Amino acid sequence: MKTENAIVIIGGGPAGLAAAVQAYDSGARDILILEREPRLGGILNQCIHNGFGLTRFKESLTGPEYARRFERAVRERNIRAMTDTTVLSLTRDRQVTAVNAAEGAFTVRAGAVILAMGCRERSRGALNVPGTRPAGIYSAGTAQKYVNLKGYLPGKEVVILGSGDIGLIMARRMTLEGAKVRAVCEIMPYSSGLKRNIVQCLDDFGIPLYLNHTITKIEGEKRVTGVVVSEVDGNKRPIPGTEMHFDCDTVLFSVGLIPENELTKSAGIPLCAGTRGAAVYQNRETEAPGIFACGNVLQVHDLVDFVSEEAEIAGRAAAEFVSGGAGERDAADCVNGKNVSYVLPQKIDKNLRGDVKLFFRVTGTFRNCTVLAESGGKILAGRKRRIAVPGEMETLLLPAEKLKEIEGELVVRLEEESWK
Amino acid sequence: MFDVIVIGGGVIGGAILRELTKYKCEVCLLEKENDVCMGQSKANSGIVHAGFDAAEGTNKARFNVRGNALMPAYAAQLGVKYKNIGSLVVAFSDGDLGTLVRLKERGEKNGVPGLELVDRKRLRELEPNISEEAVGALFAPTGGIVCPYGLTIAEIGNAMDNGARLYCNFEVTTVRREKDSFVVGSADGREVRGRVAVNCAGLGAGKVSALFGDDGLRIGGRRGEYLLLDRADGDFVSHTLFFTPTRKGKGVLVSPTADGNLLLGPTAEEVEDGGTQTTQEGIASVIAKAAEMCRGIPFRDVITSFAGVRAYSQTHDFIIGESERTEGLFQCAGIESPGLTSAPAIAEYLVGTLLRKKLKLEKNPLFDGTRKPDHFFKDLSVAEQNALIREDPAYGKIVCRCEQITEGEIVRAIRRNPPARDADAVKRRTRAGMGRCQGGFCQSHVAELLSRELGIPFDEVTKSGAGSELLKGVSK
Amino acid sequence: MEIKHLTCIECPMGCALEAGVEDGRAVYVKGNSCPRGKMYAENEVVCPMRVITSSVRAADGRMISVKTSAPVKKSEMLEVMKKINAVHPEGRVRLGDVLAAGIADGADLVATDDSPL
Repeated sequence: MKTENAIVIIGGGPAGLAAAVQAYDSGARDILILEREPRLGGILNQCIHNGFGLTRFKESLTGPEYARRFERAVRERNIRAMTDTTVLSLTRDRQVTAVNAAEGAFTVRAGAVILAMGCRERSRGALNVPGTRPAGIYSAGTAQKYVNLKGYLPGKEVVILGSGDIGLIMARRMTLEGAKVRAVCEIMPYSSGLKRNIVQCLDDFGIPLYLNHTITKIEGEKRVTGVVVSEVDGNKRPIPGTEMHFDCDTVLFSVGLIPENELTKSAGIPLCAGTRGAAVYQNRETEAPGIFACGNVLQVHDLVDFVSEEAEIAGRAAAEFVSGGAGERDAADCVNGKNVSYVLPQKIDKNLRGDVKLFFRVTGTFRNCTVLAESGGKILAGRKRRIAVPGEMETLLLPAEKLKEIEGELVVRLEEESWK
Repeated sequence: MFDVIVIGGGVIGGAILRELTKYKCEVCLLEKENDVCMGQSKANSGIVHAGFDAAEGTNKARFNVRGNALMPAYAAQLGVKYKNIGSLVVAFSDGDLGTLVRLKERGEKNGVPGLELVDRKRLRELEPNISEEAVGALFAPTGGIVCPYGLTIAEIGNAMDNGARLYCNFEVTTVRREKDSFVVGSADGREVRGRVAVNCAGLGAGKVSALFGDDGLRIGGRRGEYLLLDRADGDFVSHTLFFTPTRKGKGVLVSPTADGNLLLGPTAEEVEDGGTQTTQEGIASVIAKAAEMCRGIPFRDVITSFAGVRAYSQTHDFIIGESERTEGLFQCAGIESPGLTSAPAIAEYLVGTLLRKKLKLEKNPLFDGTRKPDHFFKDLSVAEQNALIREDPAYGKIVCRCEQITEGEIVRAIRRNPPARDADAVKRRTRAGMGRCQGGFCQSHVAELLSRELGIPFDEVTKSGAGSELLKGVSK
Repeated sequence: MEIKHLTCIECPMGCALEAGVEDGRAVYVKGNSCPRGKMYAENEVVCPMRVITSSVRAADGRMISVKTSAPVKKSEMLEVMKKINAVHPEGRVRLGDVLAAGIADGADLVATDDSPL
């Protein structure tokens, strides 16, 4: 077993695969992907619905189709990937300890590390939904795995909490497989899911969507027998007297994703409170030199196309790092201003070349608004938006020549009046 | 024919069962659920109390202090995580400080060693996240934490390794006397016969006692709701923090757990049935009370909420001893807090003194009281991990990524005593599914292992016994 | 004339559209803020079509993901699902393989993944 690698990539999902391919194409050869599942592709393998790749490939691929394109690109380059291999620990000086059945526990010293571990679903417990704890309570992703990969139905009468895309997709999927989806409840006044999914996953099948509603009680001792759903007020508190009862044997939770940064934290790499991922420079390098991050472990993306794009930035930067090491930094903080909940990257190194694409999310629904990046009283980039919603990531391009104009911090904000 | 039938597979029944296997006798355990440790032993604070709470001369005081002294070696022998972290009863007013002085005196009368009043400054050194409002505390160096379900399962597993029999899904519905023995029957028609019976049925102890002809036992239930936070927050406090007790009870505590999570709770709600649902009010009250104790609790790291129902007796003390109405029936009833701490001491007394005399028991020279832990891979050195993986490659497959639990540990939990036969049973033994994703990633893998090991179809795997099947059939 | 209400899916605006339908054709569309919305409504009221994605159980018991090679009539989705559920491919399957030709009008059932090794 080789104990040194130029680039070690933790995670063989869409981020890890795209990062590996780009690192290779940027000149790196000694690359190792560590993947905990038996197969490369990550969560895409169970996302058998279509709609992936519209931005990147201009066609609507299913998750497995998207994953196989990148997996083939990795195979064609003979990039080494170890599957069924779980990383146990990571240190700041880039020692990666992993375990699998064939090699046992082993430590690899890496020239650069790319974190691509993805995210996990928030669970029922994290929401403090009261009631009993019987069988029949699943996260939408777990249900998706049972239905799509195992071929079993987790339930026949379903209520879904949360109208994120996975929840919507599962409403359709369960319906097509013969289950009855009684309701989808969303605590917010809007769905964070794509409009396309609301129409094609709910409306197509007459599944009601209750906005401003949440589950306030789960019933059943051995198996779920029903739920109580209540309307919520402006502070998301249930309004007494609005309770509705639904008989069901299953409750699915689709209530958000959390980047899986336990390894990142254990390496002492600082995280950003807004994204719950590492704080990074525009080349996706974390505060720890030579450790990069990309994909959903860094920020939860809506589209895998953006994951691939981000992973390519990290892959290229990691290849540069191992070939030349780090240059002198000239760093500025990049922060969220009015109506913006977070911005990525959190730091801009003015010495790095190239345009910087800023990714951010807005705090509400805004029509005919302007998003802009400002520093030292000067607006460095901006664009008008007919609509901006929290569920869709916003981007703004900061041209390379503007980097030197950053004085102090760069603030990204949204103005409700049209700008200029 | 058994010498002793123990009814109820909680921490008390388990301790008694194991204690009995130290003697030459045939013993069995009757458990009404699909697995042991399904009542209050699986959902409590996991605190090893020092012993200053209970009034002098009560069973609670006596067994608590003795149990506290036994616990470190007891847990170590059974391979269960125990940590002697010490506890602090925190005062928020002059009135509270007065109560602490009385608590200290009571504790000293009970025989609790090392009690010490600490001032505001020292309290802050001990617990930097304590509320600004806290004015002092009573420090008990012998306070600790233990994994309550780990302990219960280990007791029963070790007893089985030493010859005890376990009958699950055995809810006692009939009892009849035949000559000098009891015949105890379950709803499905199974019967076991024994010379004496020990009633450790928790909330069901009153009902069981009545079946044996003693209807004098009155058991009430008090539901307590808890919040559990991610392991990342296990060091948010470094002691168990109690509020100063009032007439209403001990209130919400803030404590690390033996496995390194942060635990908040419990509430205390009188209940008629044994329902362990959580409620909006309960969860809100835990959050509010915990926030009074400490500043900046990371509530967004809550991974689950749960509730347990604590059984108490009409005397509000432990009822331990032979029934006055039914000869041969021994009661261990009303074992509320500090029952977990007291378990080894209660077993020592009930078996070593009462049953030994009654049944004229002789020592079992073959007894081996040691047991290896159910989950341990993560704690091994790399060399040890590799030796294990070479022997059994299943230890090289991580199934539960949040808690780093291997396939080897899960398979072992399904095969060893007491065998895990459902997903929750695997979880209680190995922690697979107990972490931050709450089984979202690993449950299907655990279900596959259960299906393979038990030789049952995938869709017959249950969460916690019949009626709780994880799946509703094949989709195509 | 029949009046149909739709939500436009072309962008996050999600305009609430109203279409007047006569002889199976949209005679007017209201509520759209751009030409794409009009086009969407015109297509959607005539004969809404959907690509179905699902999975089939291979003869060895394992699941293989599939899709229809072209959109099928929305009204026929559940019928097509029944046919999909009856498909049980044998042997190795490759992404792109046709598993059932003509599973609906003008659409085959195509594997969207390789069968696991």
